[in-house]
This record gives sequence, C-alpha cells and structure tokens, in this order.
Amino acid sequence: MAKSEFELTWQDIEIGAAVTEPGSAAAYKTGDWKSQRPTYDFSRCLKCGICYVFCPEGCVRQNQKGHFEANPYYCKGCGICAYECPTRVIVMREEEEK
Amino acid sequence: MGKRVGVEVSIALADAVKLADADVIAAYPITPQTHIVEHLAELVAEGELDAEYIPVESEHSALSACLGSAAAGARTFTATAGQGLELMHEVLYVASGMRLPIIMAVANRALSSPLSVWGDHSDAMAVRDTGWIQIFTENGQEVVDQIICAFRIAEDPNVLLPVMVHLDGFNLSHVIEPIEMPTEEEVCDFLPVRRNPLTLHPSKPVAMGDFAPPVVYTEAKWAQEQAMMAVKPTILDIWDDFAKKFGREYKPVECYKCDGAKNLLFTMGSFSETAMTAVDKLRDAGVDIGLIRLRLWRPFPFEEFRAAVKNAETLLVLDRCISSGGPGGPVASELKAALYNEEKKPKVVSFVGGLGGRDITVAGFEKIILDGLELAAKGQEREYEIVGVRE
Ligand code: SF4
Ligand code: SF4
Repeated sequence: MAKSEFELTWQDIEIGAAVTEPGSAAAYKTGDWKSQRPTYDFSRCLKCGICYVFCPEGCVRQNQKGHFEANPYYCKGCGICAYECPTRVIVMREEEEK
Repeated sequence: MGKRVGVEVSIALADAVKLADADVIAAYPITPQTHIVEHLAELVAEGELDAEYIPVESEHSALSACLGSAAAGARTFTATAGQGLELMHEVLYVASGMRLPIIMAVANRALSSPLSVWGDHSDAMAVRDTGWIQIFTENGQEVVDQIICAFRIAEDPNVLLPVMVHLDGFNLSHVIEPIEMPTEEEVCDFLPVRRNPLTLHPSKPVAMGDFAPPVVYTEAKWAQEQAMMAVKPTILDIWDDFAKKFGREYKPVECYKCDGAKNLLFTMGSFSETAMTAVDKLRDAGVDIGLIRLRLWRPFPFEEFRAAVKNAETLLVLDRCISSGGPGGPVASELKAALYNEEKKPKVVSFVGGLGGRDITVAGFEKIILDGLELAAKGQEREYEIVGVRE
C-alpha cells in the first residue's frame, strides 16, 4: 500500500474492498489498543514457553537469550501470560507506568 | 429461434439456469421456491447440467457456499423465498460488499408470523438495502429472460454485483404458461464466458471481506455505492442487446396506456398483468387512468420514474407489504421520497394489499383505482389504505 489508511480515497479501494497485498495486516498495529503491558523479570524465567503457548495474539517470541517476550506492537495487554507464568516472571503494568 | 413450450414457470426458470451453464448451485428447498431447486438438482443428477449441486442444511449456509464459489470464480446460482431470504440476511451484505456476482431467484413469500407460505413482497422489501440489484418480473417469459440477463448483468466487469430476480410465489412460480425457451446457442452467444478480474487464486493471493476500521469503512461503502449507482447504463445496454437478439424489450419503468393520463396506477410483480386488464376496462368506460410497472427496484431508476410521472396529477401505489408503523407501503414511501424535491409532483395515494397470497382480481383493481381517485380528490384520512380487509 503506497498510501496510509488515512489517505485512502474511495477510488483507491479495490473491488469488493479486497486486500491484494499479502501480509499487509502486519501494518495494522493492534497493540495500540492496550492499556496494560507485560513487564519481565527474566532472572526467574524457566524458558518453559508457557506464555508463548497461551498468548491468544501469537505475539510472544523467543529472544536471543532464549527468554520469551511479547512484541508490544501486537500485544493486546490481556494479561493471560502473566496469569499463566509459573514463576511470576511477568507483571502487568499500566501503559504510562515505567 | 427458441421453442415455445407450455411449462411451469419454476421449471422454466431452472432450465434457464441450465442454459446459462451455471457451475455451482447451493440451495435449501423452501416453499414456494422448491420446484426451482428440485428441478436443478434433477438436471445435475441426470448429467444434463455439468454443475456442482451443494445440498446445505440452511439458507444461511446456502448463501455462504455461494460466496465461496463465486469468490473462486464459478458461475453461481441460488434460490430462496420468504423466511429463507431472511435467514440469508447477513450474508446478503457480505456478497454485495465483496462484489460477488451471485444470481438468486426469489419466489416472493410473506413472512411469519402468522406462518404463511403464500406470496407477497415482504421478503423483497426486507432486503432492499442489502446492496443487491433487484429485478421484479411479471410473467413466466420475463422470469426466463431476466434470469439469463441477470447472469450477464452481474458478471459484467462494470457491475460485479449480486442480482436478485423476484417472481411472485405461486402466482408466478407455480403457474403453467406458454414460454419461448431460447436455444443453447442463443444463450451462449448472449452470455459470454465469465472473466473474473479478481478471484481467489493461489498464484495471486487476495483476501476478501476483510476488516475495515473506521478510517476506511466509509470509503469502502461509498465505493460500493458508487458501483451500484453506476450500473443502470450497463443494465439498459444488456436489455437492449437482449431485445436485438431475442425480440423482447425490457425497461426499468414500463408504462401502459400512460399517454395523456392524469392518473396513474403503480404496481410491481405479477399483479401488473391483472392491473392492465383493469386499466383496459376502466379506459373503455372513460376513466382517465394509466399504469406504471417497475421492473428495476435496485438501483432505483429515479430519472425514468420521474419522467414517467411528470405529467400525472395522481399516483395510486399498490404495495404487497406493510411498512409497520411507517408512512405507508415501502414502495409508496420511496416514490414519495423520489418526488419530494420535484417542483411538479403528483399526489400519492398508498394502498397495501395482496398480502400473504390474497388475490386482487380485476374488479379489485378497478375498485382500488376508483377509490384512489376519490381519496386523491377529497383527501386521505390515514397514511395508507388497506385493500379488502374485513371490518
Ligand atoms: S498480555 Fe496477552 S497479548 Fe500480551 S503477550 Fe501476554 S498473553 Fe499475549
Ligand atoms: S511462562 Fe514465565 S517462565 Fe515460562 S517462558 Fe514465559 S516468562 Fe518464562
């Protein structure tokens, strides 16, 4: 998509509003919606991947050190990972808190 | 030249779908549409029509299956009536929003409750805002002709919208009429092989019916509305071409004995045939009356309608549907809206009748016309008059 969604006119819309560019949903940062975000104390992390399995957004990835971490652009802040983590690595905090 | 046959209109309709060489038919049988899909199922089972017939468990699934098949580029047909059309309701919007050229025959039927399997236009009126092209037919020949035209209209690259062809349940679907069935060659010549500008295909992936946040939904709907409002010239061209090839002419608004008439009766569907006889009789008796029949209901042919009534003083409108708690029959309300900003406009008298299969005879139409003229002269007490109700 050359234009951003804010610039699209009705003439730019494909027939049937079809999306012809694969993978374009990645441009839609659904994490904008969240009011809480997961924060981590990896010193207690078992690298068990439970948070990865339970995340309904599929936004948790393993980082280089083998810890599991959410991509903030797609995490919706539901808190499921924090609830499921067996060693309380994850604490949900309000977006504005440090 | 086609062959003239005496045949039930539902069967002729199914044969027209066969002539159009549909690829996929998904339908759920419901009275009074049943004979249409039964005959199609037979044609497929006997190998006379090389199509996929999908027996589904509900109308919601029928139209959903049609969505998939049309999205894959197959020529797709379904048929329904009354409650079945209502069960399809949400999928109707999906089909038009995705611009899928699905053809649907609707054997018009009243809506429960009380349960009625007989004809009126409540089902058609309930779906008038779903973005489908809607064509009303008057007799068996028109049903066959409009089904064939509907495939060409829907699939035209300038249109790409689903089309409903309405035929009155029982009054039209179950009668045996002399019908000229076009030949396979004629239909083949009239109806080109479908070319799909946008279909599901692994080598060119597209996603259809996607999510639109508030920032683009208005643009998407306006694009769809622009497409809908732009289809009329294409429909007129296709009907012209049909007239050249088959000798039968169709117009969005058709006038009968309107020349010089100050008073006009307005009808849609099979009642128009009866109304014509009533107009003949009253004309002979010296009553000033003409008849307008509407063939194209969506998109509404504003220009043609305004031109047809511009010299009229009175417009008597018969609706086969109650707009509950509203300002009159749904068609009458729309006609009033279409005329509201005109400088010179006829007085509109709204009648509601023929509900749930109730007949209106020639004498009934004569009474509507005479009562209507009287009401127009002395003024109506209520928003609409109900026809033939026992008080
Ligand atoms: S808060 Fe919810 S969405 Fe975000 S990473 Fe945890 S489970 Fe996934
Ligand atoms: S669930 Fe907790 S312990 Fe397991 S990988 Fe995720 S953060 Fe580490």
